[in-house]
Amino acid sequence: MKEQWRGFRPGPWEREIQVRDFIQKNYTPYDGDDRFLAGPTGNTLRLWDQVMELNRQEQAAGGVLDMDTRVISTITSHGPGYLDRDLETIVGFQTDKPFKRSLQPYGGIRMAEKACADNGYQVDPEISEFFTTHRKTHNAGVFDAYTPEMRACRSSHIITGLPDAYGRGRIIGDYRRVALYGVDRLIEDKEEQKATTRSTMYSHIIRAREELSEQIRALKELKELGTIYGFDISRPAGDVREAIQWTYFAYLAAVKEQNGAAMSLGRTSTFLDIYAERDLAEGRYREEEIQEFVDHFIMKLRLVKFARTPEYNALFSGDPTWVTESIGGVGIDGRHLVTKMSFRYLHTLHNLGTAPEPNLTVLWSVRLPEHFKRFCAKTSIESSSVQYENDDLMRVTHGDDYAIACCVSSMRVGKEMQFFGARANLAKCLLYAINGGVDEISGRQVGPKYRPVTSEYLEFDEVMDRYRDMMEWLAGVYVNSLNIIHYMHDKYSYERLQMALHDMHVTRWFATGIAGLSVVADSLSAIRYARVRTIRDQLGIVRDYQVQGDFPKYGNDDDRVDRLAVEVVHTFMNYVKRNHCYRGGIPTTSILTITSNVVYGKATGATPDGRKAGEAFAPGANPMHHRDSHGAVASLASVAKLPFMDAQDGISNTFSIIPGALGKEDQVFLGEVDCGPELACGIPNLMEGLDRE
Amino acid sequence: MKGRIHSIESFGTVDGPGVRLVVFFQGCPMRCQYCHNPDTWALEGGTDMSVEEILAQYEKNQAFYSRGGITATGGEPLLQMEFVTALFEAAARLGIHTCLDTSGILFRPDHLMELGRYDRLMSVTDLVLLDIKHTDPEAHRTLTGRPLDPVLAFARYLDSRNVPVWVRQVAVPGITTDRKQLYELGRFLGGLKNVQSLEVLPYHTMGVPKYQRLGMEYPLEGVPPMEKAEADAARRVVLEGMKAVKREAMAVRW
Repeated sequence: MKEQWRGFRPGPWEREIQVRDFIQKNYTPYDGDDRFLAGPTGNTLRLWDQVMELNRQEQAAGGVLDMDTRVISTITSHGPGYLDRDLETIVGFQTDKPFKRSLQPYGGIRMAEKACADNGYQVDPEISEFFTTHRKTHNAGVFDAYTPEMRACRSSHIITGLPDAYGRGRIIGDYRRVALYGVDRLIEDKEEQKATTRSTMYSHIIRAREELSEQIRALKELKELGTIYGFDISRPAGDVREAIQWTYFAYLAAVKEQNGAAMSLGRTSTFLDIYAERDLAEGRYREEEIQEFVDHFIMKLRLVKFARTPEYNALFSGDPTWVTESIGGVGIDGRHLVTKMSFRYLHTLHNLGTAPEPNLTVLWSVRLPEHFKRFCAKTSIESSSVQYENDDLMRVTHGDDYAIACCVSSMRVGKEMQFFGARANLAKCLLYAINGGVDEISGRQVGPKYRPVTSEYLEFDEVMDRYRDMMEWLAGVYVNSLNIIHYMHDKYSYERLQMALHDMHVTRWFATGIAGLSVVADSLSAIRYARVRTIRDQLGIVRDYQVQGDFPKYGNDDDRVDRLAVEVVHTFMNYVKRNHCYRGGIPTTSILTITSNVVYGKATGATPDGRKAGEAFAPGANPMHHRDSHGAVASLASVAKLPFMDAQDGISNTFSIIPGALGKEDQVFLGEVDCGPELACGIPNLMEGLDRE
Repeated sequence: MKGRIHSIESFGTVDGPGVRLVVFFQGCPMRCQYCHNPDTWALEGGTDMSVEEILAQYEKNQAFYSRGGITATGGEPLLQMEFVTALFEAAARLGIHTCLDTSGILFRPDHLMELGRYDRLMSVTDLVLLDIKHTDPEAHRTLTGRPLDPVLAFARYLDSRNVPVWVRQVAVPGITTDRKQLYELGRFLGGLKNVQSLEVLPYHTMGVPKYQRLGMEYPLEGVPPMEKAEADAARRVVLEGMKAVKREAMAVRW
């Protein structure tokens, strides 16, 4: 056994690249409470002050402090960058200094130019010329292949947020592999894969060989990145500090190469805990030191930055990087996967203060240890920064070593990847069904010229019938647009480093998405249970609706309308499945517009549920604002009816609540007066309910 | 049998332990000046619901309520004694934790037949949230329009039956906040064995818009909402009273 693996329990992981096997054989579940945790060190506080100061400067400068305009970002493009070399225990920035955004033109040179221009910078004209004349980008490739219909759908926003001008993201490299095996072993593995491809040169074999060569090249550059910072990462990590550093280098290489819509980290905490436990046992590091490494690591993840345009930031309501890290969950052998490191990660919200990134996501199970549940609740109340996802649901299809990319997309780390699919605006699609494919805002014929609804009052069966046809058409244009996008992304902006940290044969999820679900459900409900009158302009296009009478609204646990939502999801997903998906992708759908619901609403005319033109949609699968009138459980129950099997890429429900409404902290006076027996009190656990749905 | 129900909240977290289905009964004999649910006062109105309908709502989302249960509140649930008893009996059969939120104002200890009905309800009630509005009889009448005696009698009755009680009082600036009132409340509670929790809730003005909607005059116009810290201070006075009584009792025993 290698020296760096001393004390580890052996298994197949030694011979094959199998991080999960290593974790299962070696991790120590932790059932205790949070009292072992250490606060921030003086160095951590000093570094964080420095970050806050840079933040202030960045805000004062209008949102961007510095941008690279001449150096194209690659894994090895920049020399080392530091906050304070003497204080940082985990090092590495995307460029040669913190807060300087890198130049990444492979997704699209125009996007890169615009991101610079909008922030007062100009890309070196030579680079612009090169990427316009000599080197084609992903964006240019896509627009060479788009059909006029696809362009029309895109500009009328019935299909929105397509990753055709920027990096698609949503791919998680198994960054842990670098720590466990060292880069040399990974190169060896890829060389072996390349040496054993079939010898008849079908085009997919040629592509596989070319991609493997690219992956090997990327791994060699990754090794070089280590050297730039003075580390030899060709060998495995020897302790927890190195394990964190190696893992971070791998992730850093990915964000130096790809400005993806979501650049998630994976599921690293329990893996790293194995090293921490060994170091604690060997007396190599104390708890304070380990927490310091973690704090510095998380600090780096908070400082991942990309050059983006104001429009992009408007779409996502901010400047998100979606550095999602998945924590906890339960293994298929029944042991939970909570370790001390799970606590340490969440504790960074306390040590460094609250932050939206990295997106710390707890994989929740009813079987998580009680102390951890309480700690999660406490951290949530303090920081409002923890995301929760249902592990009991996802473990069934994804096993126990999956992670979340972006906000809800689950994939087995290193074994599955996703083709990110933006979303189809199903509310607008309903309006197209009523107007025979004519866009209700521009008046242009965007969809097929199907027969429009001509009656004054909408009739449910007629609308539903046309809606199905229109959804079928939309699914076709949508999936085929994505086919083009992913073909071109693979061709011109291939994620070679991230794919080098995957198995050779990966499962590819072909993601699609739905926007406006609750608008559609309420609209169909209004048509069925109330009377909806159409209001037409001179050309006969329905521009507005008048709802007479009341109707059941999605979000109140009322089956009459909830069933409509379920049917729409199921029907649309079936239409999606009928289409050919690029590269053997398995189609999935998500219902998760967490922030872009505002923009989508803006691009959609009035709807039959009484929503006015331009009014925001509800986020994800949420009920429309103020329409859920029976309290949170009823609202959640409506959402929980949506079938996960039809929306395996995830269903989101954005739920905000004032802390006081989550229960009272001072209800029991045990200890204050010697008269109280024990009481079942504490924070009521809403998650327990969600788990079992 | 049907109950007149004002509304149902599916995610109640402040009316008893855990997450609860909270059933608001229609109708109340009290006219508390700070009441934030004046729309529940009228004896008429509300929706007629059966025990089965309410329990169906509960059972459908039972997973959410695993550490909670059902709370009957209002309005004054005891105005519909028969229905709330039927509801709690059915709930108890299903192992659902039951909690009654009441003012105790309808209690008549000298009425034997009625006492039997209370006994029956209490045999299926796991917890009572008892609202004691004021400990001075005159002030109580002014504040609520009703006498204090039945409330205290009900508290003693619960004690005699050993029904767990969480006591609540709303702290209204200038009305319930004088030290004597608070201390007396503590002394009264100190004499009971069944009080498990004490909440002193800061007065808030969130009910005001409802009065406007109902075209009613708001009796506490101009009274400012109370800071949580002030309510905490008031609560400490109540606790002092309780501790004093407990100490005296111990001294006697020794």
